[in-house]
Amino acid sequence: MFIGFFLALRAAGVKASLREYLTLQEAMQAGLGDYDIDTFYYLARATLVKDERFIDKFDRVFAESFKGILQPKPAALNGVEAQDLPEEWLKLLAEKLLSDEEKAQIEAMGGFEKLMETLAKRLEEQKARHEGGSKWIGTAGTSPFGANGYNPEGVRIGQQTGRNRKAVKVWDQREFKNLASDVEIGTRNMKVALRRLRRFAREGAAEELDLADTIGSTARNAGFLDLKMVPERHNAVKLLLMLDIGGSMDDHITLCEQLFSATKGEFKHLVHLYFHNCPYDTLWTDARFRSADAVPTHDILNKYDATWKLIFIGDAAMSPYELIQPGGGISSWNTESGQDWLQRLVTAFPKSVWINPVPEKHWNYTQSTKIIREMFENRMYGLTLEGLDAAMHRLMH
Amino acid sequence: MARFEGTSSFVATEDLKVAVNAAVSLQRPLLIKGEPGTGKTVLAQEVARALGKDLISWHIKSTTKAQQGLYEYDAVSRLRDSQLGDARVHDIGNYIIHGKLWDAFEAQNAPVLLIDEIDKADIEFPNDLLLELDRMEFFVYETRQTIKARQRPVIIITSNNEKELPDAFLRRCFFHYIKFPDRETMERIVEVHYPGMKSLLLREALTAFYELRELPGLKKRPSTSEFLDWLKLLMAEDIGPELLREKSAAKLIPPLHGALLKNEQDVHLFERLAFIHRRGG
Repeated sequence: MFIGFFLALRAAGVKASLREYLTLQEAMQAGLGDYDIDTFYYLARATLVKDERFIDKFDRVFAESFKGILQPKPAALNGVEAQDLPEEWLKLLAEKLLSDEEKAQIEAMGGFEKLMETLAKRLEEQKARHEGGSKWIGTAGTSPFGANGYNPEGVRIGQQTGRNRKAVKVWDQREFKNLASDVEIGTRNMKVALRRLRRFAREGAAEELDLADTIGSTARNAGFLDLKMVPERHNAVKLLLMLDIGGSMDDHITLCEQLFSATKGEFKHLVHLYFHNCPYDTLWTDARFRSADAVPTHDILNKYDATWKLIFIGDAAMSPYELIQPGGGISSWNTESGQDWLQRLVTAFPKSVWINPVPEKHWNYTQSTKIIREMFENRMYGLTLEGLDAAMHRLMH
Repeated sequence: MARFEGTSSFVATEDLKVAVNAAVSLQRPLLIKGEPGTGKTVLAQEVARALGKDLISWHIKSTTKAQQGLYEYDAVSRLRDSQLGDARVHDIGNYIIHGKLWDAFEAQNAPVLLIDEIDKADIEFPNDLLLELDRMEFFVYETRQTIKARQRPVIIITSNNEKELPDAFLRRCFFHYIKFPDRETMERIVEVHYPGMKSLLLREALTAFYELRELPGLKKRPSTSEFLDWLKLLMAEDIGPELLREKSAAKLIPPLHGALLKNEQDVHLFERLAFIHRRGG
C-alpha cells in the first residue's frame, strides 16, 4: 500500500529515497503514526518531503493515493464495495503497523474478522441513521480510519468521521501551492536562486591570518614566528544586467522589477542597462531613455571584460525586421542590425543567458524569440524559479 | 519517551508536534524552515524546556566551518607557549578547544542541540557534518581519541533557504516547514503572550494585520514577532478598537505602523494608497 504511494511520489517528481521510505516504516513501527490519518499525513510529509517546494506535489499525490479510502465515491457508498475496499486496506495497514501485542489484544476481542463484523454493523447502523438526511454522503462514514476504533479504547466512529473530514482538508487545501517551484516567484525566492551565483574569492588587501601558512613558514623559520596573511573572502561575481523595457514588456513589469530588486541586494559588482526590444549601438542607464543617460554599446564592450556575466531580461518578441534588418529599430535609425549587436555582446561575454518572462511553451510561436534563442545556443530560460536556477547554473559552469 | 505537546509560551500546530516527536523518538535531526519571524529558533528553546533538557545553541555564520563544531586546535597559543617555554606545551590536549557538538556529545543528559541558520555557512558545511550527525561520533586526530555521544542529543537545525542543502544531508533529517499562522493559530499565539487581552481590540488588530499582509506589492510582509510587538505598543498606547476599525475600513495606514512596516518603500505605498482613497472617497 505504501509502496504504491511511495512510487507515485517518485513518479510525481518528489525526490524521496528508499532510506526515507524505511524511516517512515520505522516511525510507523515506533507508533508515531498513531493509526490516525492526520498524524500519518504529517509524519509522511516530515519524512518524505525535504523541500517546501515539493509539499504541494506531495499533497496532490497523497490525495490521489488515499482518495478511494478517505472519500469513497458517492456511487460506491450504496453498494458492498464501499465496505470491501476499506476492509482490505485496514487489514494491510494492521499487518504492517500493529505490533504483536496489539494483534494479541485484537485476538482477545474476538479476532479480526469479528471486529470487521462489528464495524460493518456499526456502519450499517450509522447509515440507517443518516439515510434520512440528504447530506450523508459528504460525511463518508465508511472511512477505514475507523482503524482508530479498533484500539482497545473502543469504537468511536462518530468522532472519527469529523476528524477525517478535517484531515482530508489539510492536504486538499494545498496551502503550499505557491511554494511550488514551477510557479512564478517573489523577491525572496529570486534572491535565493540568484545566490547560487555567489562565488567566493580572495582578492584585495591581505588582512586575515592564514594559520596553515603561518605554521608552515614558522617551522621553516626554525621556530621563530612568521605571520602570513591572506585577503578576506568575498563574493567575486560581476554581473551585467540588460533589461528590455517598454512595449510588450509592460505585461511583465512587476516580475522584472522584483528580479531587479533581488539582484540589487545580492551583488557588489552589478551594472544594469536598459534597451527597448533589442540592443543596438546605444544602451541606457535609466529606464526613461533620456539622452543624458545614453551609453554607446561599444563603450560597454570595451569597458567590461569576459569575466563579467551577462544576463538579458526580455521577452525577445519583436518584429523580425527589428532584429535582422539594418534600420529596422523602432526608436532610432540603426546602421547595423540588432542581430549584429547581439552577436557582438554574446561573443564578448561568453557567460551570458537570456531570461524570458514569457512562458516557455509560447516561445516557438514568435520568430524573433526563435532567432535569439539560437544565437544564445539555447541559453534562454523562463523567469520561473526553475528557469532562474538553470540559468544561474549555466552561468557558473 | 517524553512527548512534545507545545508549552505554555509556545503554540505548536499539530504537524509541528508530529515532526518534533518523530525526530525525538527516532533520534534523527529535525530540519526547520519557514518565513522569518515564525519562531524557528524559539522552537528549539521550547522543545528543550518541554522535555526538560539543556539547550546548546550553535549559531552559524558565513565563515563557520564544520570542524569548529567538533573541536579546534589552537595552534597559535601552542606556538606562543613554545616560544615562551611554557610546560603546558607538551600536552597537545591543552590546546584542543571543544566545539558545540563535542559539548552536546559529552553531556550527562542528552541535550537539545540547535544548529541555527545552517544555510549561512559554506555549501560544503552540511556534508562535512554528515557522518558526525549520523553516527554521533567523531575522531580527534591530534589526540587520537574518538568522541562518542553518551546519549544521542535532539538536534534541531534551522534554515532560511539561502542555500540548497545537499540531498544526502536531507535524507537523514525530518523536515518541517513552519507556515505563516492562520488567524485561529494567531489568536492562540496572542493568548499565550498577552493572556486576557481585550478580544475586541485583538479582533480588529488581527483584521488590520492580515489585510496589511495581503496587500500586493509589499516588499517585506510583517511577521508574527512584529505583530506581537505591535500589539504590545497598541496596548501601551491604549489605542481603542474603534480607532483601528476606522483606519482599516478606510484602508489607511494603521496607527503605530513603525512596528509592522520596516521599509520606507512600504510606508510610501501605504501613503499613496491612503491618498488615492481620500481623493476617490
